[in-house]
Amino acid sequence: MKKATAIVLGAVALPVLAAGVVALQMVRERAFPGREPAQQVLYVSSPAVLTRLALGFDDVVADLYWIRAIQYYGSTRLSPSADKSYALLYPLLDLTTSLDPNFNIAYEFGSFFLSEKPPGGPGRSDLAIRLLEKGITARPDRFQYPYDVGFVHYRDGDYAAAADWFERAAATSGAKKEGERADLWLKPLAASTRATGGDTRSARLMYEQLLNADAAWLRNDAQRRLKQLDAIDQIAELQRRVGEYERRFGDPPPSWRDLTQADYLQGVQLDSEGRPVDPEGYVYVLNPWWGDVTINPDSPLWPLPTENPA
Amino acid sequence: MRAIGLVALHVFRDSVRDKVLYSIVAFAVLLMAASYLIGQLTAGEDLKIIKDLGLAAMSLMGLFIAVFIGIGLIAREIDRRSIYAVLAKPVRRTELIVGKYLGLVGTLFVNLAVMAVAYYVILAYIGSTLSPAALKAAPAPAADPRLLLAVVMIGFELALVTAIALFWSTFSSSALLSAGLTVAMYVAGQFGADLKNFEQVVESPAAGMVGRGLYYLLPNFAAFDIKTEVVHALPVQPGYLVLTAVYALVYIALLLVASVVIFSRRDFK
Repeated sequence: MKKATAIVLGAVALPVLAAGVVALQMVRERAFPGREPAQQVLYVSSPAVLTRLALGFDDVVADLYWIRAIQYYGSTRLSPSADKSYALLYPLLDLTTSLDPNFNIAYEFGSFFLSEKPPGGPGRSDLAIRLLEKGITARPDRFQYPYDVGFVHYRDGDYAAAADWFERAAATSGAKKEGERADLWLKPLAASTRATGGDTRSARLMYEQLLNADAAWLRNDAQRRLKQLDAIDQIAELQRRVGEYERRFGDPPPSWRDLTQADYLQGVQLDSEGRPVDPEGYVYVLNPWWGDVTINPDSPLWPLPTENPA
Repeated sequence: MRAIGLVALHVFRDSVRDKVLYSIVAFAVLLMAASYLIGQLTAGEDLKIIKDLGLAAMSLMGLFIAVFIGIGLIAREIDRRSIYAVLAKPVRRTELIVGKYLGLVGTLFVNLAVMAVAYYVILAYIGSTLSPAALKAAPAPAADPRLLLAVVMIGFELALVTAIALFWSTFSSSALLSAGLTVAMYVAGQFGADLKNFEQVVESPAAGMVGRGLYYLLPNFAAFDIKTEVVHALPVQPGYLVLTAVYALVYIALLLVASVVIFSRRDFK
């Protein structure tokens, strides 16, 4: 075959064959749509074995396990399946942090989502704390890990333990670092958590710190949590005004319109129809029989930390 | 000395002709593609992952070149029978071995230097795209000069792997066997800590002593790995770096002397 003929043939055949491969893949997927990808399996579960198998490329293998942990968490959270046990989340993060004990974001991610109640996480605060304690052993100078342990305790309502960990975070050398001086806000946080644990002030202080986090998901989550805290404060205020209306008229207001007409919603953010809305613009739900005010289940802020999603 | 230089230059030209430097293009493409994809796949630490990936890719590509070209340096000459023509020239066997070694190490170092430049360009670009919050939270700047320490240690590691490959190449005529033995030594060299502490997991004191003996005898490749430290901006003692570099040079000298001795005694009739 002449050289020119071979080149022409190659130029024609290669795109045709490449298109054929893509087309066949699409046809197969359309013909057999029910074929599910294999269930996620952790082939190597021992950090010690994996560290040896990495052959000096521990950091890259840690990165791969980190990406796998993220993909696993995301796919489980978005999956229509009722199983939200996130069984592989801790082992994946454990492997990641064993391969690279300085993998900061893995500890932060773990503390956040392992302790999150279902469906957003497995609700395993014990595992979140175990992961963070591993981080504390690897980097005792960092204030973030004891702070995150305190945060997990705070979310669980154990304010005394949370305050203890915030104090421990304030005592680390990292918290006293020039330019950072995290101890300046950690000490007041510990004091307010110990004194008035459960109020929204300390929670707000914690989430405001997270607005400066480097990971976008952490900042976004902090923003959402701050809006939820705003909603909790707004609901408390609306509840107070509904109570005043009930004391005056003997019954709770049948609708928001009645409360507006009685001039009880002064200074409250309202929609075009005069109904109070949450920070995302969704109208609060008023129970006309009991006078309870709750967040709209359609709101992205639902469920609030004070509510049971079930 | 002139003969060594000429042999080294010949090896370098041969490597370029063998498209070895294409690995640089592959490296740059890999890093660029990864830097785009990683932003989509990970929830933070993009910079750390790119730094890890770049250093690992440099190490891995260098390792492939060192092993697969290193084992052919002498074996291929014998296989093609071109060794007769080379030895008929005024080149001593010692000069041939040292020249071949320096030629491949030179190729590897040029490769590594260009990859390091590409690495820094990509890191500087990624650094320019990050938010001030992300840059502030990162333990080190994007184009951190300290990363060069890890690149230098990769260079020493690859120089040692090349010496091992060359050693087996003078010893055995089978390329597959030489490659297998070089890779085996590289793998064993990663288990330094396990060999050192072998006596703690076995009952027999003799087995423990064998493990400890192997620890001192085999090249300790784990010692060259300071990637974690530089990526996380953790301190690395200058004394440690100097001792590890000297360790590599002495080990390389040992292997080259052994290669020269074996090669000098080989009969090509």
